[in-house]
Amino acid sequence: MLEITPLHYSLLSAALFMIGVIGVLVRRNIIIILMSIELILNAVNINLVAFSAQLQDISGQVFVVFIIAVAAAEAAVGLGIILAFYRNKETVNIDEMSLMRW
Amino acid sequence: MFDAIVFYTLAAMILGLGILVISVHSAVHSVLFLVVNFLFVAILYVTLSAEFVAVIQVLVYAGGIVVLYLFVVMLVSLKQAPEQYKDQRRLSTIGVLLSAVVFLEVVGIAVYTSTVTSETVSTSVKLTDFPPRIQGLGFNTEQIGWVLYTEYLIPFEVASMLLLVAMIGAIVLAKRDI
Repeated sequence: MLEITPLHYSLLSAALFMIGVIGVLVRRNIIIILMSIELILNAVNINLVAFSAQLQDISGQVFVVFIIAVAAAEAAVGLGIILAFYRNKETVNIDEMSLMRW
Repeated sequence: MFDAIVFYTLAAMILGLGILVISVHSAVHSVLFLVVNFLFVAILYVTLSAEFVAVIQVLVYAGGIVVLYLFVVMLVSLKQAPEQYKDQRRLSTIGVLLSAVVFLEVVGIAVYTSTVTSETVSTSVKLTDFPPRIQGLGFNTEQIGWVLYTEYLIPFEVASMLLLVAMIGAIVLAKRDI
């Protein structure tokens, strides 16, 4: 309990991941859904850094750098889509984004 | 003892702020909680002696991405918040319950795996006894730079292409007429 093992970091990461998943499932504002996705990516990063420190292998931290690059690209494109959608439909509610639903 | 106090404090702050991010009503407050959450994650990286990743976290996440979110929240002015629409098809309770079940499953797998490996693996192979991957290189940033530009050179170039494509895509999407 008092000694911090990789298990503790795994559990913290899993809890943060699930908070992100709950945000994606429950919220309707698409900006907050994108923020929940950032929380999920952060949970993955915590896992990678913790095991990189445990295994004394720097590759985990290199992958964190790649994940941050992908998160930046995802945020830029996602927010661009939100702005384009808001300009046409005046809403950010995902329940009204049913144009391409079958 | 001190490590445990630091870890549990940081974990409590990260999880509490994460819950605030997804539960608070106004989107601006949500973004601000997200900034503080990222800063606490950066402190967690410092305690894991990953200083370069911590600095990148503060610069790119807390400084760049979140400001982008704040801009969009300010640009999108809503007469009525999306949460106030009533939609009967949406089953939020089931979503929370399913997530809780998956979380318990992940916790079960993690605890089970750690007990199994502590019995079999770590008595024979101590993972922490492995030497560092690159001998003779000093600090965290130097090691990351060395590995990034030798072993992961092609993924690095692909990531730069990805960022270029994302930049062009964001401009094309956000611009009214090109």
